[in-house]
Amino acid sequence: MRKVVIPTQLTESKIPFFLACTLVITAGPVFVVFPQSPAAFFTFLVSLLVLYKMSIPVPLKLVGAVISLGIIMPSVGSENGYYMDVIIQVGIYVALAVGLNIVVGFAGLLDLGYVAFYAAGAYAYAIFATSQASNFIPAAWATFPVSGNWFWLFLLVGLVVGAITGVLLGFPVLRLRGDYLAIVTLGFGEIIRIVLNNLDKPINITNGPKGLTPIQPPALFGMDLSEPIHYYFIVLSIIILIIVVAKRLNASRIGRAWAAIREDELAARSMGINLLKMKLLAFASGASFAGVMGVVFAAKQTFIDPSSFSFMESIGILAMVILGGMGSVAGAVIGAVAVLVLQLQILKELSEYLGQLSAAGVLSIPSQLDPAKYERMIFGLILIAMCIFRPQGIIPAKRQLVRLRERVRDWRAKREGGEDVDPA
Amino acid sequence: MRGKGGLMALLLVVALVTLLAVGCGGGATEPNDGGQALEVIKVASVSPLSGPQAGMGEPIKLGAQMALEEQKAEFEALGFKLELSPQDDQADPKVGVTVAQKLIADKNVLVVVGHLNSGVAIPASEVYVKDNLCQVSPANTATAITDRELPIVNRIVARDDAQGPAGADFATNDLGAKKVFVIHDKTTYGQGVADEFKKQVEANGVQVVGYEGITAGESDFSAVLNAVAAAKPDVVYFGGMYPEGSLLAKQMKEKDIAAKFIGPDGMYDPKVIEIAGEAAIGVYCTSVAGDVTLTEVGRAWADRYQAKFGQAPGSFAAYGYDATNVALEAIKQAIAANGGEKPSRLQVTEVARAIQDFKGVATDVTFNVRGDNKDAKVFIYEFTEMKFPAPIVKEIVAGDYLK
Amino acid sequence: MPQILLDGLTLGFVYAIVALGYTMVYGVLKLINFAHSEVFMVGAFAGTEVLLFLHAMGYLATLPPAVALICAMLIAMILSGTLGVFIERIAYRPLRQAPRLVPLISAIGVSFFLQDAVRLIEGLWKNAFYLTAPTLFTNKITITPTLSLPVKSLVVIMAAVTMMVFLHLFVSRSKWGKAMRAVSQDQATASLMSINVNRVISLTFLIGAGLGGAAGTLFAAQYSLIHPYVGFLLGIKAFTAAVLGGIGNIPGAMLGGILLGLLESFGAAFLGVATNGAMGAEYKDVFAFAILIAVLIFKPSGLLGEPEREKI
Repeated sequence: MRKVVIPTQLTESKIPFFLACTLVITAGPVFVVFPQSPAAFFTFLVSLLVLYKMSIPVPLKLVGAVISLGIIMPSVGSENGYYMDVIIQVGIYVALAVGLNIVVGFAGLLDLGYVAFYAAGAYAYAIFATSQASNFIPAAWATFPVSGNWFWLFLLVGLVVGAITGVLLGFPVLRLRGDYLAIVTLGFGEIIRIVLNNLDKPINITNGPKGLTPIQPPALFGMDLSEPIHYYFIVLSIIILIIVVAKRLNASRIGRAWAAIREDELAARSMGINLLKMKLLAFASGASFAGVMGVVFAAKQTFIDPSSFSFMESIGILAMVILGGMGSVAGAVIGAVAVLVLQLQILKELSEYLGQLSAAGVLSIPSQLDPAKYERMIFGLILIAMCIFRPQGIIPAKRQLVRLRERVRDWRAKREGGEDVDPA
Repeated sequence: MRGKGGLMALLLVVALVTLLAVGCGGGATEPNDGGQALEVIKVASVSPLSGPQAGMGEPIKLGAQMALEEQKAEFEALGFKLELSPQDDQADPKVGVTVAQKLIADKNVLVVVGHLNSGVAIPASEVYVKDNLCQVSPANTATAITDRELPIVNRIVARDDAQGPAGADFATNDLGAKKVFVIHDKTTYGQGVADEFKKQVEANGVQVVGYEGITAGESDFSAVLNAVAAAKPDVVYFGGMYPEGSLLAKQMKEKDIAAKFIGPDGMYDPKVIEIAGEAAIGVYCTSVAGDVTLTEVGRAWADRYQAKFGQAPGSFAAYGYDATNVALEAIKQAIAANGGEKPSRLQVTEVARAIQDFKGVATDVTFNVRGDNKDAKVFIYEFTEMKFPAPIVKEIVAGDYLK
Repeated sequence: MPQILLDGLTLGFVYAIVALGYTMVYGVLKLINFAHSEVFMVGAFAGTEVLLFLHAMGYLATLPPAVALICAMLIAMILSGTLGVFIERIAYRPLRQAPRLVPLISAIGVSFFLQDAVRLIEGLWKNAFYLTAPTLFTNKITITPTLSLPVKSLVVIMAAVTMMVFLHLFVSRSKWGKAMRAVSQDQATASLMSINVNRVISLTFLIGAGLGGAAGTLFAAQYSLIHPYVGFLLGIKAFTAAVLGGIGNIPGAMLGGILLGLLESFGAAFLGVATNGAMGAEYKDVFAFAILIAVLIFKPSGLLGEPEREKI
């Protein structure tokens, strides 16, 4: 099959291409030399984006990604735990955004309660990895907390719990359309959070608002993996897996069924697509990603309480998906990175910098105007600006028309040649 | 600029320029260690500065800022430049951990004064402990904070299981309660202290006629108050903060419920009078903050605070101020022990735990082995008129409740 | 028991007037205006500032409270109505051709911005961002010794009913109302019928946001405590109410609001009794949302909403 090269402006002239190469090659080493510099961190992230967008052979890109994420980031992270933590948080949200993107972007079902699945996964691990479970499971059966070796099994448990919760929500409500579905998922998310907040009586299962702590860190061959660098690699491997799965799903027959449902439900049904099955599948696969990440989040935080799973959290993830570009996996990834780096790093560094200027007497800022207080306000402005200037998202989903048309042509050619091929 | 390549090209150029700046400037934020420049010591204050809980978090920062500015000259004489690093944790555990990592990475930060929410403080302190960064908490009352026995965690406020039982004993012995109704706001703090209250009144042989949760952030509590009216208690205890507590007191009065109202230190704030109006009269609060206007020092402090920030200091401002002063005291002692050199984080942590008989404006401080404040007293205030601070009606040594 | 009903009704009418704003905009634009809760909050601040001003000037003691309240409401309506038009112009209009969910995100951006902007302004001006509105109506009507209704609740109910009737008449009878309905059905065709679509949409926002401002003032008069984040929880509830009644339908918003208020009130009172203490008042929202889900399963477009016809 021929490869369709989509021209971008980067390749149209040689100078930007040269600049891009320079950036990609130098950003990493500079970051290693100046691990404390926020600017170096920022350019490092941009260089990854540029690398992704550059028109160079895929293996070269992979090499670049492996060097950046596998060598440079961990080595800087051991020097500066803050950026490591930002990157781990980013990673967790990348997985969540990719998961939500399946539901919202691929299948077109607006879900405002996505964080419920994340909560389900987190609590699934937290209850058993603290002494909490001994409240309702007799000591004769098992003792709690379970050891960190179980973490790996609980990744699967989180996946299953997430998927089951997704199906449970999906069954009754998938008859609903559009905004009615949105409000029901919102209600469902709130129900889960309130129930988690209140299940400390009559039987104490979740410990209510006091939360669960200390949650066992993962362990491998008897060694505790509680350092940021361990979580970094755990999160990184899960993300790679999730991205591959999401991409494969989207390119498969299922993905095309989702796209059909998204574009026109009625037409999809008349084409013989089983709506209920496909929608449930979207909900379940999106939710299972969140379940897995919930387990990782619980282990990383060592403490969870219901306040981490509020409605605002769902909205935040939705913002990542939409800003990144609905329906595109790369978009979801970049949306998550952009939103979180903005929130956790750029705005914080900026207000820190302004605060320092003020302390040094360069600027005089009254305490009512303390920049640390207005990070959210600036974030709001940036959200509006991004919506206005890039309504289709940072990396919009490419319509796959070209490829499909080609496939049909290939298929026809082969059929004429006497071969019997399935068009899917 | 609307084109797809346009944004990419812009990003590219911005990135390249910053890269150039980093390369040439040697990293914009790298401290340039000049020969005669003073060494920097930072104290961080971490509390929610934005979002719905900013009203509680901001006074902590202001208190810290005030304490720091007052001691600036003293530290300069010792050869150090004192800086405050105010951080916003947005009352979000996730952000709290990131902020903690950020503070860990900044080697000049020697003490953290924070957080407001126990739910944020617990995961954050798991980060601080990795690099022995000392934490002095101005507000966390949850028992789990110090029960984990981390060497770095200290708090100047009373634990839930001191403040709750103190309120309970007051309700039974002094108010002669026979039936109490317990309401809480379903938060770590509110439910924590309400549960301890409930335990103690039950142990005292008082009947608990109701135990209900409300949602923090709501304004209409008539549903719960109808249940209160039906149960006819002598005393209503509310575990939670002043916005909801004041509204509860106000709406209770509107419903002609005559029961006495007791709240924890989250209720001891000048705003109670403003919000509840006449209904504030007769409200009791337990608090570890002493009446600052009773002492010369305290009055002067309150006046300075009022002059500086244009508002009357509530409990959280006083806690923030005291916690920061405890932190600075620890740093000073550590400097002295280190022969005038900048101490390490571990040294500060060790000195902080050993602090004895520190006199603050709101509370005296002596930490026990777990970092709980042995000297914390629980004061019972009663709003007898529309005036803040309200008079103290009883004083209980919280240490009596410490196990 | 009747007291629970009355309290539930009062709360329900508060939800209902906020829900009207959501439903107005949704009816015309098919857009969930998430920033409405912040428009409401701005209205609450504007109204409270007017009342505080009247109080400080000493007029509040001499003026009849109803006049003071109407005065505050009018100013709040003008301010938040204008704000609504501005929001539409800046954050929604450029996105009319964008994917449907994008305005949702810009609405959230507007929310964040307005919350902290109000905090900034109040912080600079008053050095505090929790405001307490003066109490206007202190008496209450005692029906039986155990049953009473505060006058201020009665004011809320009356104002809500008036607003709904006015709005319903406006949309169903007036020329502008007809234009709104036309735009809601088909923007392109409406513009061919020489309807100025942009102006109709601006008017919709003016009225919707103005109602939000009035609701904010009533809220401040009823509960007295307001802060920049007061709209969030109430907004979710009001939006739920609008959907429950059938979003886009004005009497539906009213019905949904009242039902939600009653559900919460009765839920809080009886859940504890019904489950023997295992679930208390803290489950009232779960109860309300569960009923909402149940209603939508059997009536997928809300109680009074028109069923979506599928074009084949």
